[in-house]
Amino acid sequence: MSDRIFGVVGLLLAIGFAVAALNIEESFLSDAVGPSGFPLIVAAVLGLSSIVIAIKPDAAPHWPSLGRLAELLAAVVMMVLYAELLPVAGFVIATAVAAAYLSWRLGSGILASVLTGVGSSVGIYVIFHLIFGLSLATGPLGF
Amino acid sequence: METFANLADGFAIALTWNNLWLALLGCFLGTIMGALPGLGPSNGVAILIPLAFTMGLGATPSLILLTSVYYGAMYGGRISSILLNIPGDEPAMMTCLDGHPMAKKGLAGEALSLSGIASFVGAFLATWGLILLAPQLVKIALLFGPAEYFALFALAFMTLGGVSSTNQAKSAFAAALGLGLAMIGVDTQTGVPRFTFGEVHLYDGLDFLVAIVGLFALSEVFIFLEERHGSAEADAKKLTIGRLYPPASMIKQTAPTMLRTSVLGFIAGVLPGAGASLGSFISYSFEKRLVDKENTFGTGDPRGVAAPEAGNNAAAGGALVPMLALGVPGSGTTAVLLAVLLSLNITPGPLLFTQNPDVVWGLIAALFIANFMLLALNIPMVGLFTRVLLVPPRILMPIVAMVSFVGIYGISGSTFDLLVMIGFGVMGWVLRKLDVPLVPIILGTLLGNAMENNLRRAITIDNGNWWTLIDSPLTIILWSIAIIGFILPIVVGRRVKAKMRRDEEGAIQD
Repeated sequence: MSDRIFGVVGLLLAIGFAVAALNIEESFLSDAVGPSGFPLIVAAVLGLSSIVIAIKPDAAPHWPSLGRLAELLAAVVMMVLYAELLPVAGFVIATAVAAAYLSWRLGSGILASVLTGVGSSVGIYVIFHLIFGLSLATGPLGF
Repeated sequence: METFANLADGFAIALTWNNLWLALLGCFLGTIMGALPGLGPSNGVAILIPLAFTMGLGATPSLILLTSVYYGAMYGGRISSILLNIPGDEPAMMTCLDGHPMAKKGLAGEALSLSGIASFVGAFLATWGLILLAPQLVKIALLFGPAEYFALFALAFMTLGGVSSTNQAKSAFAAALGLGLAMIGVDTQTGVPRFTFGEVHLYDGLDFLVAIVGLFALSEVFIFLEERHGSAEADAKKLTIGRLYPPASMIKQTAPTMLRTSVLGFIAGVLPGAGASLGSFISYSFEKRLVDKENTFGTGDPRGVAAPEAGNNAAAGGALVPMLALGVPGSGTTAVLLAVLLSLNITPGPLLFTQNPDVVWGLIAALFIANFMLLALNIPMVGLFTRVLLVPPRILMPIVAMVSFVGIYGISGSTFDLLVMIGFGVMGWVLRKLDVPLVPIILGTLLGNAMENNLRRAITIDNGNWWTLIDSPLTIILWSIAIIGFILPIVVGRRVKAKMRRDEEGAIQD
């Protein structure tokens, strides 16, 4: 069943891709193939393979339970928040929180995850910023 | 003779303190990454690419660092196979079969050191193979025009699926998806934006480093979050390492195996789409057929440890041949190395050997140096790496995630790229669940623009005649190989892959 849905989604993607390719505005510069020629070939391969996947599905994969899916979703939300807040809060604070969260969700105790978070954040800051000179996001506190 | 002069120049480049230090760092980090389950060679190289850039390294030093990581990871994979019966990376799967039984018999130290020697022999011979074969391949590749290149790219995609997936439709899907992603951005030939949906950030196209780190490293974090792996700590402590040097008789017994499987692994590595996993698999099954008279393979036979390790390291070297000589990588990790070259504005392929001989030969010399360093790191100091294995995923995975973010942020300083990377991480997780191989996606995003440019060039040169694509004997040969390579696995590959799966499951259930 998973593969059938996957195939249908893939087919829709291929159609969307082909439509978008046909709508590429022509430029005054052009060559024999044009900007939409190759994308159309790609869309055809994408569509054909999706159809084959939908017609001949493999055994369904083992999907996680709803609880685990919620877990993954929470992790994604956490990462998005991290990306958005990184320039606001500064590298060290944002990273410590994010790493502590991940560590906690992977089964560390509260104290251990706080230590992992702070440790990896400060560790990365020291190695990458202070030693290698990588520019990291700077927060209001200067780190 | 010219080869030796080139090689000597290469050593002159590689033997600076800076480069030696980078090679050592790469070997060390690579071995750790190979040893840790969940961090394979492609992940490892991917998360270190941004680091190499931001350190301001030039082309040769970056490549030295990253290929040392690559070779190191190939060495390191065996450590957790032998001690924990969990392959540290995919190519080390076959090493579990005899490595772990040997460790259970109290021969863990012997198994580790023997496999270290086998890795060395495989990688050493493969580096020689690379030196001898790559220039020959370059001579052929210099005859290629745009139509031939287009056929070559198609060949790479069509043969890639044979091993990396049981389902050819899914690998074709993955390749098309990658190619489609590469189309995003301003068209280089006409200057019109494509598939950007008006988003200014997309005009430059997707940065393939973002895609690689997201697909490989972040999706791994999601897999761990989903499964919340039990820790493997308990097992490793029980095993004592014992002596760190194998008895001379064991080396003598396994020497022919190592030599045979090095050759076999190298060939498997050079073939497009095969890579190190197939190298170790073929080596193990071949040796098993050839020398396993008393049915001792699978119960801790030293030859069963030497064969896959020599095979996978030789394949790792072999896989560099098409990447350097043709610009078409045959495996996931060489695809990531190709990304490094492209980001450094170096176009791999036949011209690399004439335009940037310092890069090629410096790299090859560094491979030799790295190989000796790895032998030194992996035999006397293997105890150090076994301790690294005790780091549980709940500490390791947050660090992997954060280093991925740091690396991508360090390149562009943009939140948008981080969000795209998270998107790729989620996509990678879903696709892995659905058994869609990720390597063709990466290869597609990397090679998409070059493939399209060659197609358009070929057809423009011939005034819009599409038949020009199959107009020369070379193109016909390439297309024939591509089609055979695509169809053959549908017939034969399913059996081989099923057997690999069975062996692997057997190894893990034991």
